[in-house]
Amino acid sequence: MEYINIFVKSIFIDNMIFAYFLGMCSYLAVSKTVKTGVGLGAAVIFVLGITVPINYLLENYVLKEGALVWLGEDFATVDLSFLSFIMFIAVIASMVQLVEMAVEKFAPALYGALGIFLPLIAVNCSILGGSLFMQERQYANIAEATVFGLGSGVGWFLAIVAIAAIREKIRYSNVPAPLRGLGITFIITGLMGIAFMSFMGIEL
Amino acid sequence: MSEVAEAAEAVKEPKEPLFSKKNKKLLTDPLNDDNPITIQVLGICSALAITVQVKQAFVMALSVLVVMIGANLIVSWMRNLIPSRVRIIVQLVIVAALVILVDQVLKAFVYDVSKQLSVFVGLIITNCIIMGRLEAFALGNKAWPSFLDAIGNAAGYGWILIAVAVVRELFGSGKLWGYQVVPDAFYEFGYFNNGLMILPPMALITVGIIIWIQRAKNTKLIEEH
Repeated sequence: MEYINIFVKSIFIDNMIFAYFLGMCSYLAVSKTVKTGVGLGAAVIFVLGITVPINYLLENYVLKEGALVWLGEDFATVDLSFLSFIMFIAVIASMVQLVEMAVEKFAPALYGALGIFLPLIAVNCSILGGSLFMQERQYANIAEATVFGLGSGVGWFLAIVAIAAIREKIRYSNVPAPLRGLGITFIITGLMGIAFMSFMGIEL
Repeated sequence: MSEVAEAAEAVKEPKEPLFSKKNKKLLTDPLNDDNPITIQVLGICSALAITVQVKQAFVMALSVLVVMIGANLIVSWMRNLIPSRVRIIVQLVIVAALVILVDQVLKAFVYDVSKQLSVFVGLIITNCIIMGRLEAFALGNKAWPSFLDAIGNAAGYGWILIAVAVVRELFGSGKLWGYQVVPDAFYEFGYFNNGLMILPPMALITVGIIIWIQRAKNTKLIEEH
Protein backbone atom coordinates (compact mmCIF):
# COMPACT_ATOMS: atom_id res chain seq x y z
CA MET A 1 0.00 0.00 0.00
CA GLU A 2 2.83 2.32 0.95
CA TYR A 3 4.36 1.75 -2.48
CA ILE A 4 1.17 2.57 -4.35
CA ASN A 5 0.92 5.81 -2.37
CA ILE A 6 4.45 6.85 -3.29
CA PHE A 7 3.82 5.89 -6.91
CA VAL A 8 0.61 7.90 -7.27
CA LYS A 9 2.06 10.81 -5.29
CA SER A 10 5.13 11.08 -7.50
CA ILE A 11 3.06 10.90 -10.68
CA PHE A 12 0.38 13.45 -9.88
CA ILE A 13 1.04 15.49 -6.76
CA ASP A 14 4.80 15.90 -7.06
CA ASN A 15 4.82 15.85 -10.84
CA MET A 16 8.33 16.62 -12.07
CA ILE A 17 7.16 19.11 -14.69
CA PHE A 18 4.12 20.79 -13.22
CA ALA A 19 5.22 21.01 -9.61
CA TYR A 20 9.00 21.39 -9.91
CA PHE A 21 9.71 22.36 -13.55
CA LEU A 22 12.38 19.72 -13.88
CA GLY A 23 13.44 18.67 -17.34
CA MET A 24 11.76 21.66 -18.91
CA CYS A 25 14.45 22.22 -21.52
CA SER A 26 14.02 18.91 -23.28
CA TYR A 27 10.30 19.03 -22.52
CA LEU A 28 9.98 22.22 -24.56
CA ALA A 29 12.46 21.27 -27.25
CA VAL A 30 11.34 17.70 -28.02
CA SER A 31 7.56 18.07 -27.68
CA LYS A 32 6.77 19.05 -31.25
CA THR A 33 5.29 15.66 -32.17
CA VAL A 34 3.74 12.90 -30.06
CA LYS A 35 6.09 10.28 -31.49
CA THR A 36 9.30 11.90 -30.29
CA GLY A 37 7.59 12.80 -27.02
CA VAL A 38 6.80 9.13 -26.37
CA GLY A 39 10.40 8.14 -27.20
CA LEU A 40 11.96 10.64 -24.82
CA GLY A 41 9.38 9.96 -22.12
CA ALA A 42 10.08 6.21 -22.22
CA ALA A 43 13.81 6.84 -22.01
CA VAL A 44 13.28 9.07 -18.96
CA ILE A 45 11.21 6.40 -17.15
CA PHE A 46 13.90 3.86 -17.92
CA VAL A 47 16.85 5.94 -16.71
CA LEU A 48 15.07 7.29 -13.62
CA GLY A 49 14.10 3.74 -12.66
CA ILE A 50 17.76 2.70 -12.80
CA THR A 51 19.65 5.71 -11.42
CA VAL A 52 17.48 6.50 -8.39
CA PRO A 53 18.02 3.09 -6.72
CA ILE A 54 21.74 3.12 -7.53
CA ASN A 55 22.13 6.57 -6.05
CA TYR A 56 20.05 5.43 -3.09
CA LEU A 57 22.60 2.71 -2.35
CA LEU A 58 25.43 5.18 -2.85
CA GLU A 59 23.83 7.70 -0.53
CA ASN A 60 23.15 5.19 2.24
CA TYR A 61 26.32 3.12 2.10
CA VAL A 62 28.95 5.67 1.09
CA LEU A 63 27.96 9.32 1.33
CA LYS A 64 25.73 9.87 4.36
CA GLU A 65 27.20 10.66 7.74
CA GLY A 66 27.97 7.35 9.36
CA ALA A 67 27.17 5.45 6.17
CA LEU A 68 30.67 4.03 5.97
CA VAL A 69 30.30 2.24 9.29
CA TRP A 70 30.32 -1.12 7.48
CA LEU A 71 34.03 -0.52 6.83
CA GLY A 72 34.78 -0.43 10.53
CA GLU A 73 34.05 1.57 13.68
CA ASP A 74 36.58 4.26 12.75
CA PHE A 75 34.45 5.41 9.85
CA ALA A 76 31.33 6.09 11.91
CA THR A 77 31.83 9.86 11.86
CA VAL A 78 32.89 10.27 8.23
CA ASP A 79 30.48 12.54 6.34
CA LEU A 80 30.99 12.64 2.59
CA SER A 81 27.66 14.21 1.71
CA PHE A 82 29.33 17.27 0.17
CA LEU A 83 30.47 14.94 -2.61
CA SER A 84 26.95 13.86 -3.46
CA PHE A 85 26.48 16.15 -6.50
CA ILE A 86 29.58 14.91 -8.24
CA MET A 87 28.91 11.27 -7.37
CA PHE A 88 25.30 11.40 -8.50
CA ILE A 89 26.08 13.07 -11.79
CA ALA A 90 28.96 10.66 -12.44
CA VAL A 91 26.61 7.72 -11.83
CA ILE A 92 23.98 9.23 -14.10
CA ALA A 93 26.37 10.05 -16.92
CA SER A 94 28.03 6.64 -16.84
CA MET A 95 24.72 4.76 -16.44
CA VAL A 96 23.30 6.57 -19.43
CA GLN A 97 26.34 5.59 -21.46
CA LEU A 98 26.15 1.97 -20.24
CA VAL A 99 22.43 1.74 -20.86
CA GLU A 100 22.94 3.12 -24.33
CA MET A 101 25.55 0.48 -25.15
CA ALA A 102 23.52 -2.35 -23.63
CA VAL A 103 20.36 -1.36 -25.44
CA GLU A 104 22.26 -1.06 -28.71
CA LYS A 105 23.66 -4.57 -28.29
CA PHE A 106 20.66 -6.49 -26.95
CA ALA A 107 17.61 -4.63 -28.20
CA PRO A 108 18.37 -2.95 -31.51
CA ALA A 109 14.68 -2.21 -32.12
CA LEU A 110 14.39 -0.34 -28.83
CA TYR A 111 17.66 1.41 -29.63
CA GLY A 112 16.20 2.56 -32.89
CA ALA A 113 13.28 4.05 -31.01
CA LEU A 114 15.18 5.57 -28.09
CA GLY A 115 18.61 5.94 -29.68
CA ILE A 116 19.02 9.64 -30.17
CA PHE A 117 17.26 10.49 -26.92
CA LEU A 118 19.46 8.53 -24.55
CA PRO A 119 22.50 10.86 -24.65
CA LEU A 120 20.18 13.85 -24.19
CA ILE A 121 19.04 12.41 -20.91
CA ALA A 122 22.35 12.78 -19.08
CA VAL A 123 21.70 16.51 -18.93
CA ASN A 124 17.98 16.29 -18.27
CA CYS A 125 17.45 17.97 -14.91
CA SER A 126 14.63 15.61 -13.97
CA ILE A 127 17.11 12.73 -13.67
CA LEU A 128 19.49 14.49 -11.29
CA GLY A 129 16.45 16.07 -9.64
CA GLY A 130 15.04 12.60 -8.97
CA SER A 131 18.22 11.60 -7.15
CA LEU A 132 18.39 14.86 -5.19
CA PHE A 133 14.75 14.62 -4.09
CA MET A 134 15.39 11.01 -3.10
CA GLN A 135 18.25 12.29 -0.91
CA GLU A 136 16.14 15.08 0.58
CA ARG A 137 13.10 12.93 1.36
CA GLN A 138 14.96 10.06 3.05
CA TYR A 139 13.09 7.05 1.73
CA ALA A 140 13.01 4.10 4.09
CA ASN A 141 14.30 1.40 1.77
CA ILE A 142 15.47 0.78 -1.76
CA ALA A 143 12.08 -0.43 -2.98
CA GLU A 144 10.49 2.89 -2.02
CA ALA A 145 13.24 4.78 -3.83
CA THR A 146 12.75 2.66 -6.96
CA VAL A 147 9.00 3.21 -6.91
CA PHE A 148 9.59 6.93 -6.50
CA GLY A 149 11.97 6.95 -9.48
CA LEU A 150 9.57 5.05 -11.71
CA GLY A 151 6.61 7.19 -10.64
CA SER A 152 8.47 10.41 -11.38
CA GLY A 153 9.37 9.06 -14.79
CA VAL A 154 5.76 8.15 -15.54
CA GLY A 155 4.66 11.63 -14.48
CA TRP A 156 7.20 13.19 -16.82
CA PHE A 157 6.09 10.85 -19.62
CA LEU A 158 2.45 11.87 -19.19
CA ALA A 159 3.34 15.54 -19.21
CA ILE A 160 5.42 15.44 -22.39
CA VAL A 161 2.91 13.30 -24.29
CA ALA A 162 0.07 15.62 -23.29
CA ILE A 163 1.86 18.79 -24.36
CA ALA A 164 3.02 17.18 -27.62
CA ALA A 165 -0.56 16.24 -28.46
CA ILE A 166 -1.73 19.78 -27.73
CA ARG A 167 1.05 21.27 -29.83
CA GLU A 168 0.15 19.04 -32.78
CA LYS A 169 -3.42 20.31 -32.62
CA ILE A 170 -2.56 23.94 -32.00
CA ARG A 171 -1.04 24.18 -35.45
CA TYR A 172 -4.58 24.58 -36.76
CA SER A 173 -5.43 27.43 -34.42
CA ASN A 174 -4.97 31.11 -34.98
CA VAL A 175 -2.42 31.99 -32.32
CA PRO A 176 -1.20 35.64 -32.25
CA ALA A 177 2.04 35.71 -34.25
CA PRO A 178 4.45 36.76 -31.46
CA LEU A 179 3.11 34.02 -29.19
CA ARG A 180 3.57 31.22 -31.71
CA GLY A 181 5.89 28.38 -30.81
CA LEU A 182 7.59 28.92 -27.49
CA GLY A 183 5.30 31.54 -25.98
CA ILE A 184 2.05 29.64 -26.29
CA THR A 185 3.76 26.45 -25.12
CA PHE A 186 4.77 28.19 -21.91
CA ILE A 187 1.27 29.45 -21.31
CA ILE A 188 -0.34 26.08 -22.04
CA THR A 189 2.09 24.40 -19.66
CA GLY A 190 1.12 26.97 -17.04
CA LEU A 191 -2.56 26.22 -17.52
CA MET A 192 -1.88 22.47 -17.32
CA GLY A 193 0.06 23.15 -14.13
CA ILE A 194 -2.98 24.90 -12.68
CA ALA A 195 -5.04 21.84 -13.57
CA PHE A 196 -2.52 19.56 -11.88
CA MET A 197 -2.68 21.73 -8.77
CA SER A 198 -6.09 20.27 -8.07
CA PHE A 199 -4.20 17.20 -6.82
CA MET A 200 -2.49 19.32 -4.21
CA GLY A 201 -3.30 18.65 -0.58
CA ILE A 202 -4.44 15.10 -1.22
CA GLU A 203 -3.06 13.06 1.63
CA LEU A 204 -2.18 9.53 0.69
CA MET B 1 45.59 33.47 -13.11
CA SER B 2 42.75 34.33 -15.44
CA GLU B 3 44.04 37.85 -15.97
CA VAL B 4 47.41 36.53 -17.02
CA ALA B 5 45.82 34.18 -19.52
CA GLU B 6 43.61 36.90 -20.90
CA ALA B 7 46.56 39.21 -21.23
CA ALA B 8 48.40 36.46 -23.09
CA GLU B 9 45.46 36.05 -25.44
CA ALA B 10 45.43 39.75 -26.09
CA VAL B 11 49.17 39.85 -26.78
CA LYS B 12 48.99 36.94 -29.20
CA GLU B 13 46.41 38.67 -31.33
CA PRO B 14 47.29 42.32 -31.50
CA LYS B 15 44.90 42.81 -34.40
CA GLU B 16 41.79 42.14 -32.38
CA PRO B 17 41.22 44.57 -29.51
CA LEU B 18 39.76 43.20 -26.28
CA PHE B 19 36.41 44.78 -26.90
CA SER B 20 36.17 44.48 -30.67
CA LYS B 21 32.76 44.66 -32.26
CA LYS B 22 32.57 40.87 -32.35
CA ASN B 23 33.43 40.54 -28.68
CA LYS B 24 30.95 43.21 -27.68
CA LYS B 25 28.28 41.32 -29.57
CA LEU B 26 29.05 38.26 -27.44
CA LEU B 27 28.18 40.32 -24.40
CA THR B 28 25.08 42.11 -25.63
CA ASP B 29 23.38 39.56 -27.89
CA PRO B 30 22.30 37.21 -25.11
CA LEU B 31 20.61 40.09 -23.32
CA ASN B 32 17.98 40.39 -25.98
CA ASP B 33 18.16 38.92 -29.49
CA ASP B 34 19.75 35.66 -28.43
CA ASN B 35 18.49 35.42 -24.87
CA PRO B 36 19.22 32.00 -23.35
CA ILE B 37 15.76 31.65 -21.81
CA THR B 38 13.36 33.22 -24.28
CA ILE B 39 15.13 32.38 -27.55
CA GLN B 40 17.56 29.51 -27.01
CA VAL B 41 15.20 27.75 -24.55
CA LEU B 42 18.01 26.87 -22.15
CA GLY B 43 17.96 26.80 -18.37
CA ILE B 44 14.21 26.97 -17.98
CA CYS B 45 13.98 24.45 -15.17
CA SER B 46 15.64 26.49 -12.48
CA ALA B 47 14.46 29.80 -13.91
CA LEU B 48 10.88 29.00 -13.04
CA ALA B 49 11.14 27.27 -9.72
CA ILE B 50 13.05 29.85 -7.73
CA THR B 51 11.42 33.08 -8.87
CA VAL B 52 8.97 33.47 -5.99
CA GLN B 53 11.21 36.06 -4.31
CA VAL B 54 13.67 38.52 -5.78
CA LYS B 55 16.35 37.60 -3.25
CA GLN B 56 16.36 33.92 -4.23
CA ALA B 57 16.39 34.80 -7.90
CA PHE B 58 19.33 37.15 -7.38
CA VAL B 59 21.37 34.58 -5.47
CA MET B 60 20.57 31.97 -8.13
CA ALA B 61 21.56 34.29 -10.98
CA LEU B 62 24.82 35.11 -9.20
CA SER B 63 25.60 31.42 -8.62
CA VAL B 64 24.97 30.61 -12.26
CA LEU B 65 27.21 33.52 -13.29
CA VAL B 66 30.09 32.23 -11.18
CA VAL B 67 29.71 28.61 -12.31
CA MET B 68 29.38 29.62 -15.94
CA ILE B 69 32.46 31.81 -16.00
CA GLY B 70 34.50 29.10 -14.30
CA ALA B 71 33.23 26.28 -16.49
CA ASN B 72 33.56 28.22 -19.74
CA LEU B 73 37.14 29.25 -18.92
CA ILE B 74 38.25 25.78 -17.84
CA VAL B 75 36.63 24.00 -20.78
CA SER B 76 37.99 26.50 -23.24
CA TRP B 77 41.52 26.06 -21.87
CA MET B 78 41.18 22.27 -21.98
CA ARG B 79 39.32 22.10 -25.26
CA ASN B 80 42.20 20.51 -27.17
CA LEU B 81 42.82 17.91 -24.46
CA ILE B 82 39.27 16.55 -24.11
CA PRO B 83 38.53 13.50 -26.28
CA SER B 84 35.21 14.19 -27.95
CA ARG B 85 33.69 10.82 -27.03
CA VAL B 86 33.79 11.47 -23.29
CA ARG B 87 33.38 15.22 -23.39
CA ILE B 88 29.94 15.22 -21.75
CA ILE B 89 31.24 13.41 -18.69
CA VAL B 90 34.31 15.67 -18.50
CA GLN B 91 32.12 18.76 -18.72
CA LEU B 92 29.72 17.43 -16.11
CA VAL B 93 32.56 16.75 -13.69
CA ILE B 94 34.01 20.24 -14.16
CA VAL B 95 30.62 21.85 -13.64
CA ALA B 96 29.82 19.59 -10.68
CA ALA B 97 33.07 20.53 -8.94
CA LEU B 98 32.31 24.24 -9.38
CA VAL B 99 28.74 23.78 -8.16
CA ILE B 100 29.97 22.03 -5.01
CA LEU B 101 32.14 25.08 -4.29
CA VAL B 102 29.20 27.45 -4.82
CA ASP B 103 26.93 25.27 -2.69
CA GLN B 104 29.39 25.24 0.21
CA VAL B 105 29.83 29.02 -0.01
CA LEU B 106 26.05 29.55 0.00
CA LYS B 107 25.63 27.24 2.97
CA ALA B 108 28.31 29.15 4.85
CA PHE B 109 27.18 32.71 4.17
CA VAL B 110 23.47 32.77 3.22
CA TYR B 111 22.16 29.65 4.88
CA ASP B 112 18.48 30.65 4.76
CA VAL B 113 18.53 31.28 1.01
CA SER B 114 20.48 28.07 0.47
CA LYS B 115 17.75 26.15 2.32
CA GLN B 116 15.03 27.76 0.17
CA LEU B 117 16.85 26.97 -3.05
CA SER B 118 17.07 23.34 -1.84
CA VAL B 119 17.85 21.02 -4.73
CA PHE B 120 18.05 23.77 -7.30
CA VAL B 121 21.63 24.68 -6.45
CA GLY B 122 22.61 21.12 -7.27
CA LEU B 123 20.58 21.30 -10.42
CA ILE B 124 22.83 24.06 -11.76
CA ILE B 125 24.95 21.07 -12.84
CA THR B 126 22.36 19.98 -15.34
CA ASN B 127 21.20 23.50 -16.10
CA CYS B 128 21.06 23.27 -19.86
CA ILE B 129 22.30 26.83 -20.22
CA ILE B 130 25.73 25.85 -18.90
CA MET B 131 26.03 22.62 -20.87
CA GLY B 132 24.59 24.33 -23.92
CA ARG B 133 27.12 27.16 -23.90
CA LEU B 134 29.99 24.76 -23.19
CA GLU B 135 29.01 22.60 -26.14
CA ALA B 136 28.14 25.42 -28.49
CA PHE B 137 30.82 27.93 -27.62
CA ALA B 138 33.59 27.13 -25.15
CA LEU B 139 34.60 23.89 -26.91
CA GLY B 140 35.49 25.82 -30.04
CA ASN B 141 36.73 29.19 -28.85
CA LYS B 142 39.57 30.81 -26.97
CA ALA B 143 39.37 31.77 -23.31
CA TRP B 144 38.61 35.48 -23.63
CA PRO B 145 35.61 35.19 -25.99
CA SER B 146 34.35 32.26 -23.89
CA PHE B 147 34.62 34.44 -20.79
CA LEU B 148 32.56 37.17 -22.45
CA ASP B 149 30.06 34.63 -23.71
CA ALA B 150 29.65 33.29 -20.17
CA ILE B 151 29.03 36.76 -18.74
CA GLY B 152 26.62 37.66 -21.53
CA ASN B 153 24.56 34.51 -21.23
CA ALA B 154 24.52 34.49 -17.45
CA ALA B 155 23.38 38.12 -17.50
CA GLY B 156 20.69 37.35 -20.06
CA TYR B 157 19.54 34.50 -17.84
CA GLY B 158 19.77 36.66 -14.73
CA TRP B 159 17.68 39.55 -15.96
CA ILE B 160 14.80 37.32 -17.02
CA LEU B 161 14.99 35.55 -13.66
CA ILE B 162 14.88 38.82 -11.76
CA ALA B 163 12.15 40.29 -13.98
CA VAL B 164 9.93 37.26 -13.35
CA ALA B 165 10.72 37.36 -9.64
CA VAL B 166 9.85 41.08 -9.40
CA VAL B 167 6.45 40.48 -11.02
CA ARG B 168 5.72 37.45 -8.86
CA GLU B 169 6.84 38.92 -5.56
CA LEU B 170 5.20 42.31 -6.16
CA PHE B 171 1.80 40.94 -7.11
CA GLY B 172 2.00 37.76 -5.09
CA SER B 173 3.01 39.10 -1.71
CA GLY B 174 3.23 42.87 -2.13
CA LYS B 175 6.92 42.87 -1.31
CA LEU B 176 10.26 43.33 -3.03
CA TRP B 177 13.41 41.72 -1.60
CA GLY B 178 11.36 40.88 1.49
CA TYR B 179 10.32 44.51 2.19
CA GLN B 180 6.72 45.55 1.85
CA VAL B 181 6.22 48.02 -1.00
CA VAL B 182 2.45 47.98 -1.43
CA PRO B 183 1.27 50.50 1.20
CA ASP B 184 -1.12 49.41 3.94
CA ALA B 185 -3.64 52.00 2.74
CA PHE B 186 -4.15 49.94 -0.42
CA TYR B 187 -5.09 46.90 1.60
CA GLU B 188 -7.57 48.97 3.59
CA PHE B 189 -9.26 49.94 0.33
CA GLY B 190 -9.75 46.30 -0.42
CA TYR B 191 -6.61 45.46 -2.44
CA PHE B 192 -5.64 41.81 -2.21
CA ASN B 193 -2.42 40.03 -3.00
CA ASN B 194 -2.85 37.65 -5.89
CA GLY B 195 -2.15 34.33 -4.23
CA LEU B 196 -1.97 32.60 -7.61
CA MET B 197 1.27 34.46 -8.39
CA ILE B 198 3.13 32.56 -5.70
CA LEU B 199 2.16 29.21 -7.18
CA PRO B 200 4.42 27.57 -9.77
CA PRO B 201 2.18 27.79 -12.89
CA MET B 202 2.23 31.59 -12.87
CA ALA B 203 5.98 31.56 -13.46
CA LEU B 204 5.36 29.82 -16.77
CA ILE B 205 2.67 32.26 -17.75
CA THR B 206 4.84 35.25 -16.77
CA VAL B 207 7.69 33.97 -18.95
CA GLY B 208 5.18 33.35 -21.74
CA ILE B 209 4.08 36.97 -21.52
CA ILE B 210 7.69 38.23 -21.51
CA ILE B 211 8.26 36.20 -24.68
CA TRP B 212 5.12 37.69 -26.17
CA ILE B 213 6.25 41.26 -25.47
CA GLN B 214 9.76 40.60 -26.73
CA ARG B 215 8.61 39.07 -30.00
CA ALA B 216 5.95 41.68 -30.57
CA LYS B 217 8.71 44.31 -30.40
CA ASN B 218 11.23 42.31 -32.38
CA THR B 219 9.23 40.70 -35.17
CA LYS B 220 12.16 38.84 -36.74
CA LEU B 221 12.12 36.44 -33.79
CA ILE B 222 8.62 35.15 -34.55
CA GLU B 223 8.47 31.38 -35.11
CA GLU B 224 6.49 29.65 -37.82
CA HIS B 225 4.75 27.31 -35.41
